[in-house]
Amino acid sequence: MPVFWLVLIVGAMALIGYGLGRARALKSAGGDSRVLHSLPSFYGANVALSALVPALGLVLVWLIAQPLVINASISGDIPQSAIPESSTLSLVMSDVRRVADGLDLAVSQGVLSADAAKTLSADGTIRDTLGAVGVALGSDVTPEILSAAQTYRTMNAAGSWMLTALVLALAFGGFVFAMSRTKAEFRARNVVESGIRVLLVAAASIAILTTLGIVLSLIFNTIEFFKLYPASEFFTSLTWAPSFGGGSELGILPLLWGTLYISIIALLVAVPIGLFAAIYLSEYASPAVRGVAKPLIEILAGIPTIVYGLFALLTVGPLLLQVFGDEGLGWMQAGTAVMTAGLVMGVMLIPFVSSLSDDIINAVPQAMRDGSYGLGATKSETIRQVILPAALPGIVGAILLAASRAIGETMIVVLGAGAAARLSMNPFDAMTTVTAKIVSQLTGDADFASPEALVAFALGMTLFVITLGLNIFALYIVRKYREQYE
Amino acid sequence: MTDATATPQAAPATSLVAADARTQKRNRAERRFRAYGMAAILTGLFFLVVLVSSILYNGVGAFQQSFVNVPVYLDPAKLDKNGTGDIEEIKKVSTFGYAPLIQDGLLSEVQKSGIETPLTKSKDMKNLLSASAAAEVRDYVVANPEQIGETVEFRLLASSRVDGYLKGRVKREDVADDKNISVEQLDLTDQLRDAGIVSKGFNLSFITGADASESRPEQAGIGVSMLGSFFMMLVVLVLSLPIGVAASIYLEEFAPQNRFTDLIEVNISNLAAVPSIVFGILGLAVFIQFAHLPQSAPLVGGLVLTLMTLPTIIISTRASLKAVPPSIRDAALGVGASKMQSIFHHVLPLAMPGILTGTIIGLAQALGETAPLLLIGMVGYIASNYPDGFASGFLDPNSAMPAQIYEWAKRADPAYYERAWGGIIILLVFLLTMNAIAIILRRRFERRW
Repeated sequence: MPVFWLVLIVGAMALIGYGLGRARALKSAGGDSRVLHSLPSFYGANVALSALVPALGLVLVWLIAQPLVINASISGDIPQSAIPESSTLSLVMSDVRRVADGLDLAVSQGVLSADAAKTLSADGTIRDTLGAVGVALGSDVTPEILSAAQTYRTMNAAGSWMLTALVLALAFGGFVFAMSRTKAEFRARNVVESGIRVLLVAAASIAILTTLGIVLSLIFNTIEFFKLYPASEFFTSLTWAPSFGGGSELGILPLLWGTLYISIIALLVAVPIGLFAAIYLSEYASPAVRGVAKPLIEILAGIPTIVYGLFALLTVGPLLLQVFGDEGLGWMQAGTAVMTAGLVMGVMLIPFVSSLSDDIINAVPQAMRDGSYGLGATKSETIRQVILPAALPGIVGAILLAASRAIGETMIVVLGAGAAARLSMNPFDAMTTVTAKIVSQLTGDADFASPEALVAFALGMTLFVITLGLNIFALYIVRKYREQYE
Repeated sequence: MTDATATPQAAPATSLVAADARTQKRNRAERRFRAYGMAAILTGLFFLVVLVSSILYNGVGAFQQSFVNVPVYLDPAKLDKNGTGDIEEIKKVSTFGYAPLIQDGLLSEVQKSGIETPLTKSKDMKNLLSASAAAEVRDYVVANPEQIGETVEFRLLASSRVDGYLKGRVKREDVADDKNISVEQLDLTDQLRDAGIVSKGFNLSFITGADASESRPEQAGIGVSMLGSFFMMLVVLVLSLPIGVAASIYLEEFAPQNRFTDLIEVNISNLAAVPSIVFGILGLAVFIQFAHLPQSAPLVGGLVLTLMTLPTIIISTRASLKAVPPSIRDAALGVGASKMQSIFHHVLPLAMPGILTGTIIGLAQALGETAPLLLIGMVGYIASNYPDGFASGFLDPNSAMPAQIYEWAKRADPAYYERAWGGIIILLVFLLTMNAIAIILRRRFERRW
């Protein structure tokens, strides 16, 4: 039975349970709800939750576990000899899955009868049969793959029957158990509320699960990569030259240099402009000017990065090329360059720096300003010699947060920075970054088991560690500083 | 007698009214500093103006498209060779059978309106018309087979070169090496425009239509990927609102001060700062490699964006829960409500406007996000088919608006750049609307206690 219908049936059961539970509680109290321990709706909710939550939990766990169990058991059955020399177990397994899914599709479309699909032999006709229902196979089906695919199908079918039976049993069991407890003196409110509390905790734990998912998927694939490619080369090699035929050189240093260079240019644009804008807005501007200028500048933060990417590729790049290109100063070969991406990223970061610094400057106590004015300092002297030193740790924190944004930014560099990895000092050269290479290594047709694709996970790990470190450090500084004046 | 030869006091070197050199210097420094601040603000606003005007300037063209009015004689000898009128027979004629008819129609129209041109063969008309024109005529004939033998007036898409020429993108001097158009054909385009045969009109199919292959930019539209984005946002809304609100209620109202709570808090604030591309890696590794969900499906995109939006929603929801004064909770507890009842019946409804505002802003962020979608395969896929229904909207491969814009920006034909800018206008209109709704909600329902 499809999961969709299963969920629907369980949902219907819960709804009916609500009505019945409520009615039963009222009946046991002789129709007088004052005799009940809890409000009647709690008795209904108790039955509904008992039927719904365990059953849906089982569906969720089963859906994740079933493919894992089946995969493990089948890949254990495939003999070493069935794996061609140029291939790997995971590729054979994906073939098995594709054949199995194709047979299911053929049966559901009526091309094959269910019995015919079970008794197929690997005589070279399967590829055509599956081609007819739109499942393309790379090569012909060997007997080993076919038998594995048949096992896969039977296990899948059995699994789905077991799921249906277990879930319905669990839902019904919960239903009956909760109904049997529904009496006037049963403390339904306490039970329901502790159940809801468990759900709330589960929702809050999703944040932990997400982090765990990120860390685990990065770590496992990175280990996989380092098995195929030495870690020392990855961290120290000065060349980045992936070739999907093998023999790639995958050194991260040119990518890190590109990332760093672009981020530095971006910060050189964003920090002075953002900082001065924040100073003006918080110290000089009248409320009317502030009310207009602050939201306008913050619009820049709400624009999606794809827009900035396109702006870099199609507007800023050609503009810079006119000035610094062959017809101008001759420093630039193409529109995509470190400068292009850095400038546009700087524009993107202006509101980020300005609103963070604005908050921090506003948090400096007024008494410090008044003291400085009282000594005869002008406004700018007060800002430079009193407010900025007081706000400095916070501002450094804001700049670090902006730097972590710049390092993790993807779309602007994918479109604006070029694709060539090189170590150069010229800001008008095309360079590439860690994020841009993650995209290019994972969006090709490469096999996921090859070092050329797996390197993206090692790059992602590096990126994750760097940005996480910067963020934790920056938040630590900002928090420490805030406490100082509170 | 004192020898009061008091020398008159030396007049002060400077007057209090006229500033001395040092004060003047300090005042100049003051003015300079102020000017730097003003310049920074103006630079920021200047960038905003440049960005917006370059989007508008480059993108407005995508909403206009050139059309050619062609009377096409639906020749029975070609379209219905046996004269049976049988629809199956008519369907056998491919678009290659229709193209010459259209070209003949355009040539006769050119000759009829007395335009002098060196182009006298019907083949010469091919480059003026979109490659999609034949399919459009064929669809019409298959739908109305009784029209065969008549001359029907069609309003067909002009080719992207003609369209670009009329919009000023394709220049006369650039087409020397272009095998898709010649200078003579551009001359003819001018004459056709003067004769009213070629004209520009509003391009509705850009907003509602599907993406087209690389060689037919004039036909490409953003409609299908808009649906992809819609289904993704549905997933994000349905998952992130309840989960986000539940998590915030726990953290704000129930969580005891312990290690577990701290762990959750640290995780949430870090997830908010993780680069979006890392969420794409997570989606690829967990949802596609591990769980074998379909690639390019809006469901997977929605799941990834949900994980990305959750921290935003949790942070804003907690802020609005915190803004509800404790006296409301105390009053509810005082009349006998349980803690759960006081929160669900009193605190949550009062915090709802704030929660919705935060959710809309989170959704707007998710709508414009591109990088994670690249990794789960929502680019490189030509979104040319509308989903068949609700389930296929979630599970069939599709694109999303920002991914579609990226896809267009990567294609070689500059005609696609115009589409990309146009797509950005549509995307920004959506974002603007969502943010405006959020602001109105906040203004309308925000309470100060």
